[in-house]
Amino acid sequence: MAEAHPVGFQWVMEAKARGATVIHVDPRFTRTSAVADLHVPFRAGADIAFLGGLIHHVLENELDFREYVTTFTNAASLVGEDFLDTEDLAGVFSGYNHETGRYDPISWQMDGAYAAPAAGQRDHWESELREERARFTSDTAGGAGDQAYAPADPERDDTLQHPRCVYQVLKRHYARYTPEAVSQVCGMSVEQFLTVADAITKNSGRERTTAWVYSVGWTHHSVGVQYIRAAAILQTLLGNMGRPGGGILALRGHASIQGSTDVPTLYDLLPGYIPMPNAHLHSDLQSFLDADAAKTGFWGHMDAYLISLLKAWWGDAATADNDFAFDYLPRLTGNHGTYGIVRDQIDRKTFGYFVVGENPAIGHANGKMQRLGLANLEWLVVRDMQMIETATFWRDGPEIETGELRTEDIGTEVFYLPCANHTEKSGTFTNTQRLLQWRREAVHPPGDARSELHFYYHLGRKIREKLAGSTDERDRPLLDLTWDYPTFGVHSEPDPESVLAEINGFDADGNHLSSYTQMKADGSTSGGCWIYTGVYRDGVNQADRRKPGSEQDWVASEWGWAWPANRRTLYNRASADADGRPWSERKAYVWWDEEAGRWTGHDIPDFEAGKPPSYRPPEGATHEDALSGTDAFIMQADGKAWLYAPTGLADGPMPTHYEPVESPVANMLHAEQDNPAREDIVRAWNRLNPSMSDTYPYVFLTYRLTEHHTAGGMSRFLPYLAELQPEFFCEVSPALAQERNLEHLGWATLISARTAIEARVVVTERMKPLRIGDNVVHQIGLPYHWGSNGLSRGDPANDLLGVVMDPNVHIQESKVATCDIQPGRRPRGPALLEFVESYRRKAGVEPGGIT
Amino acid sequence: MTNVFEAFSGETPSLSGLLPDPTTDAGWSGDHPKRVGFFTDTSVCIGCKACEVACKEWNLVPDDGTDASDLYRLTGMSYDNTGDLGASTWRHVAFIEDVRPHGTATTGHMPSGLPAITGGAPTRDAATPPPGGGTVDLLALLPDGASGATGGGIVGAHGQQTPDDERDVRWLMASDVCKHCTHAGCLDNCPTGALFRTEFGTVVVQDDICNGCGYCVPSCPYGVIDVRESDGGAHKCTLCYDRLGEGLEPACAKACPTNSIQFGDLDELQAAADARLAELHGRGVEEARLYGRDPDDGVGGDGAFFLLLDEPEVYGLPPDPIVTTRDLPEMWRNAALTAVGLGAAVVAAFWRGRK
Repeated sequence: MAEAHPVGFQWVMEAKARGATVIHVDPRFTRTSAVADLHVPFRAGADIAFLGGLIHHVLENELDFREYVTTFTNAASLVGEDFLDTEDLAGVFSGYNHETGRYDPISWQMDGAYAAPAAGQRDHWESELREERARFTSDTAGGAGDQAYAPADPERDDTLQHPRCVYQVLKRHYARYTPEAVSQVCGMSVEQFLTVADAITKNSGRERTTAWVYSVGWTHHSVGVQYIRAAAILQTLLGNMGRPGGGILALRGHASIQGSTDVPTLYDLLPGYIPMPNAHLHSDLQSFLDADAAKTGFWGHMDAYLISLLKAWWGDAATADNDFAFDYLPRLTGNHGTYGIVRDQIDRKTFGYFVVGENPAIGHANGKMQRLGLANLEWLVVRDMQMIETATFWRDGPEIETGELRTEDIGTEVFYLPCANHTEKSGTFTNTQRLLQWRREAVHPPGDARSELHFYYHLGRKIREKLAGSTDERDRPLLDLTWDYPTFGVHSEPDPESVLAEINGFDADGNHLSSYTQMKADGSTSGGCWIYTGVYRDGVNQADRRKPGSEQDWVASEWGWAWPANRRTLYNRASADADGRPWSERKAYVWWDEEAGRWTGHDIPDFEAGKPPSYRPPEGATHEDALSGTDAFIMQADGKAWLYAPTGLADGPMPTHYEPVESPVANMLHAEQDNPAREDIVRAWNRLNPSMSDTYPYVFLTYRLTEHHTAGGMSRFLPYLAELQPEFFCEVSPALAQERNLEHLGWATLISARTAIEARVVVTERMKPLRIGDNVVHQIGLPYHWGSNGLSRGDPANDLLGVVMDPNVHIQESKVATCDIQPGRRPRGPALLEFVESYRRKAGVEPGGIT
Repeated sequence: MTNVFEAFSGETPSLSGLLPDPTTDAGWSGDHPKRVGFFTDTSVCIGCKACEVACKEWNLVPDDGTDASDLYRLTGMSYDNTGDLGASTWRHVAFIEDVRPHGTATTGHMPSGLPAITGGAPTRDAATPPPGGGTVDLLALLPDGASGATGGGIVGAHGQQTPDDERDVRWLMASDVCKHCTHAGCLDNCPTGALFRTEFGTVVVQDDICNGCGYCVPSCPYGVIDVRESDGGAHKCTLCYDRLGEGLEPACAKACPTNSIQFGDLDELQAAADARLAELHGRGVEEARLYGRDPDDGVGGDGAFFLLLDEPEVYGLPPDPIVTTRDLPEMWRNAALTAVGLGAAVVAAFWRGRK
């Protein structure tokens, strides 16, 4: 965190100054380790073994926060009789189809209930599983027929003793994750593991809370989503969710990545985490809502959120008669994630590409794949502040040097457009704790540089002008858009506050909405992102509030604005016990005021203000009325935190340790080597290293340095930053340097089944070999900032990576893979191709490259 | 303005020893602002180098320059690639990377902040088999053929490499800067008056007066000030003299995310540093020490002083800096005496000769 998020790390240092213990679990010794109380080195890709070991430790020693667990989680709920664990099926869960490599989650369901997932694989029940679902729901819900969502309350055993209750299922699943097993798999000592286990369990409970912080070191894995699930299970068992000082905090890679998932640039989401409809399944609004909206909990209002969104986008053209223009929305036809799109570019199925504030030729896994995609386009728009490699691949990319691509053969028309940076435009940043902060333009952008808002607004305006008068039905979605933002200045910059107001939403009379609970499903309200409703409450830009911390209480609710409803901690109902009393004086946050008959506290309660802890839902209740006064997790259909997730995940209801797809060792915990449900792209330009290969014997991991920003567009071109980390380097331990005759500051060549790259060698004790079983595993560190352009240049580390993906979110496994390392510089030109091919031959890998 | 000649004349500032108010000593009237400075607490430095960049941005200091092939180069000194303080590096973050015996590598935190582990789980008898799953035999779980060594690359080609658990890595980071000495050798040796002591008690070079003679360079006991080849002038930290005039803190302190660089009135910083030192000592960080805090040292104490976690030499700082002009008055006195003596001898010789 100190390494990639130094500004946010000030709060960790402040916590430390106030007595917090800071533990850093990371394969490398970084700038974070340097100031942590304890650094625990371990093997990259072994995180679920480590987290599972902690879950095991908590369950075996009954160190869970029992009252919290029985009140707020599904620990007591019974799992259906059909479920079989990885323990029973040699490393896979029931429902695995060995032919397709996918799971059918029907056997994972709870006993007597089906609950719609609040996120993730909401269409799990669709496509080929549609009929089975209908059968299942009609069996269990008394012939509900087309009603997809059966009652959400499964059978329970509040003593947690029933062999099929979640608590016991979890305990069995993690039984083999003993401290000794963790030590073997992760390469940390039993003592180190127990030190961490003891520290976090002693620091959790009524009086204390523990927070976990992660970055893409957790998400960039073929089991990335399950990493986060494992942390969620642990934190829920310890009672660290919905309470001050607790939680799982995701550090994002850029300033407003949280914002770009809220109002998403993701292909499968609409604003506010509403799923994008599917071309084959969602012919109309009702079938979409039936499939994807829960009947209970706050997702029960998905109709109001979605219809308000459609009204914000298409205004008067969205009417009850035309399904509020639901058909104007694009539809999914498959995996259109970034790697799926690039594969389609290479397969000549996708012809245009907007690259904005991103440098995929350097920053994405398998650079050759990226550049090959770019070379097969008709047109490419690059908006950036510098002439990045993604805009110049046709001239100086590595494939030009090897002869794999020839400039004269590349038909891609590249439009390079200079863009304004963050100090040159106004708007919001939404940071990791969902806090929207408004920033104002400090200086005008230079020359032809313009803001994104300017670019997209005027692009839309010009396209609409060209289409004006069209009678073609397919042009209606564009022509009917509400596209009337006021502009100002010589460049006709759209007013960003008018966009914020549109996102916030309006009622039928044109008043600004103050809460998403005001949204209606009858088309009388509008709002571009339901979770942001309230940010323009009373016509005031709430994100622009800057009352200093010294002038308000410690929650600081008058600095910026946090979604939803300016709540600073989500699910904070869980900060009070079943009766609504704070768990302790020290950790009091939100509580039930019996006298006033409402929830109150330091933060805005994440609960219906007037719903007493004693509330029990009447038979047949829907939406939030179906949740009791102790159901703190209000977005869940059953109001519970899910220790066991019966639905929503593509690769199992509980996290299981699988080795990275490229690993030097066998899976010591399960017979299945790597994630059986992972996604592959099988192409000649994406060959994978076999695991346990003598040819590719070393682990490498990629990461960022403080001095540079991601793929380098914002740092390699600036002398003050370039001089601070001037060259691409690899970090190796003295032991590995000796093993491969690598010299400090000399050159090394790193080889994978994709390509070979060269880097300066930095020999450092900060990289430690690890003992894994009978083996010693060496890990090589590779910062990935470099490319051929700029003041500081070097080979791109991501070129070494192949693409294998997590099946839930299609994120690549880029934080761990294998390679070989040899002293000296890499071959040049076509010789490089033969060199890499010789490695593939030796390893028994099929021929690769661009063919 | 002060220079050696004035100093020798005895009319102006003292050149060494205890000096509570160098500002007044330099000729400013009594109602000048309080002396300001930096307290750099290296125990909370995370090595982000924001200070280096903020300093260059604000003061328009050029980059350190490239090599003959027009490229910036790695120095190989851990993550430090700007080397040391100089004409174009007014803030410099040093990275000290080494290994120490297990349990002794501390970085300013509580070494005993974590619960002691005696082996086994804390609330359960370690010998009791876990209920439910039973003990797991890891080897039995391995697929066939996977239980042994997996290849020559894993087991070291030069024999089994055993991870050394007996050693801990230590990575110290420290942002260095001009010390703004109470007795500033650079200033005292400047023949043009380009260097002067400001009303804030800091030491600043005036670019338009400096003639690049470089006398100040060897005069600094810390090796801070240097002459820049491109413009021929001597340069160093001004403690953001222009910002001070506007009531702003220096750029480096403003940019520092962890408050490792603290700016303020020197007496308050000294009190804060004393408290921080006591706190760290209380936590068992015995190696913590203040550097440049003592007004009785060889430069009369520093306006920019530090909390270090090891000997100053470890950070590349002189252990016992002495202002180069300390012995100057005596040297001049000796020279004068010698001159007088020689003169007397000459006179005596003539006198004798006349006889």
